[in-house]
Amino acid sequence: MTDGLRVEGLSFNYGAKQALDNVGFAVPPGRFCALLGPNGAGKSTLVSLLTRLLVAPGGDIHVAGQDMRQHPRRALAALGVVFQQSTLDLDLTVRQNLAYFAALHGLPRAQVPARIDAALDRLGMRERADEKARALNGGHRRRTELARALLHDPRVLLLDEPTVGLDVESRMAITAQVHDLARTDGLCVLWTTHLTDEVRDEDQLLVLHKGQIIADGQTGEIRGDMPLSDWFLAKTKVPA
Amino acid sequence: MTGFGIKGHLGILRAVIGREFLRFVHQRERFIAALVRPLVWLLVFAAGFRAALGLSIIPPYQTYITYETYIVPGLCGMILLFNGMQSSLSLVYDREMGSMRLLLTSPFPRWWLLFSRLLGSTAISILQVYTFLAVAAGFGITMPPMGYVAALPALALAGLMLGALGLVLSSFIRQLENFAGVMNFVIFPMFFLSSALYPLWKMAESSELLHDICAANPFTHAVELIRFALYLQLNLPALGWVSLSVAVLMGAAVWGYDPARGLMKRKT
Repeated sequence: MTDGLRVEGLSFNYGAKQALDNVGFAVPPGRFCALLGPNGAGKSTLVSLLTRLLVAPGGDIHVAGQDMRQHPRRALAALGVVFQQSTLDLDLTVRQNLAYFAALHGLPRAQVPARIDAALDRLGMRERADEKARALNGGHRRRTELARALLHDPRVLLLDEPTVGLDVESRMAITAQVHDLARTDGLCVLWTTHLTDEVRDEDQLLVLHKGQIIADGQTGEIRGDMPLSDWFLAKTKVPA
Repeated sequence: MTGFGIKGHLGILRAVIGREFLRFVHQRERFIAALVRPLVWLLVFAAGFRAALGLSIIPPYQTYITYETYIVPGLCGMILLFNGMQSSLSLVYDREMGSMRLLLTSPFPRWWLLFSRLLGSTAISILQVYTFLAVAAGFGITMPPMGYVAALPALALAGLMLGALGLVLSSFIRQLENFAGVMNFVIFPMFFLSSALYPLWKMAESSELLHDICAANPFTHAVELIRFALYLQLNLPALGWVSLSVAVLMGAAVWGYDPARGLMKRKT
């Protein structure tokens, strides 16, 4: 597999404390992969490594076939990210936020307005393009961030607990939209969460617990006849 | 699809500076605060100290000057110093809020991203310095007209130095609370142990040790670079020290923000 996301033998320590221990998995294009793990499992560390905010001493990360260690710029260019904490500038409009991001990714200026319109259309946010981010509710802010993450046509989309703080309706809407993106656009999606109701049976499921991947497969097959939340509790002893 | 060439690099620079300007426009209180601080020193502190502090004729001055005139370059440096630190305060805040993450996950070289950020904040600082100089001129404290033009590169270099210092500090500091302590340990010693408020020979009269510390302080050289430039003179030793400091501090900042070797490791 050259596209999608591939991680091999990734370990990381904070001093003496091991955060990730020999983590490895692969997510093909067009696949929605949920990375499920309780708080403190190592999800944030993994996201920092995947986005090169941290670099592990050993192990490999390949984004759309690009080795993060050998070609970090190419790998980052193929990656769209929605961070857990909002990264919108609240005093800027939706369009200004997206234009700033477009410059950070070196998109040609002439293409930027059309790309912004297309990305906002995709998320149903076009009519809010000239509103300040501060004026948006939580769900719309998240959708803006999602539109922004898609602006440079990434092959891999990484979302770090993107539904934190959202109401149920917004949470379900965003979850459905990202599932659609994986299916219709062939995007490889890695979605970290600790909420089992965001994971569908056909999704790939990775369970990260105490820095190790303890399950990797199709959700329906992994959970068997048990509700996912019960299965997760039995595996980790931590309620999801 | 994405352009990583010169156009792309310049696009980042333009976008980051543009964002700094927009943030600046939205934070008028910050602008006013940055202006009030040196004006209080100029119009109140200097007035009170004028009688207490006798100044001899020292370069670049060719005649006796008032104390207000003497401290103007130091107060320009003060604006740059506070803004450099404030900028790093906003970097700490940015990182906590996440927008620093957005910047650092750009596929462009990290040193260029940090340099763009530095240049953006320095441009804002310079704007504030010229506003201060205009207000000072309104109170009759003026420099040679061409001095205002000649001071621009000196202000830019000094601003880069102090902004780079702020970047280094922000890479060490995890939380805003820690930052307040560093402000006290960095800003005040740097400002008071310099030639901003008194010439170094005055300091030497009190203590040789303090004089030596002041002479080694890069902020002293930044102030002297600005002072000489305002009087259309080039202070070469100051230029050398400030340039060296920019290089060292920028290198340290890039190291501090390096994902593999730097200090981000402790706290992301």
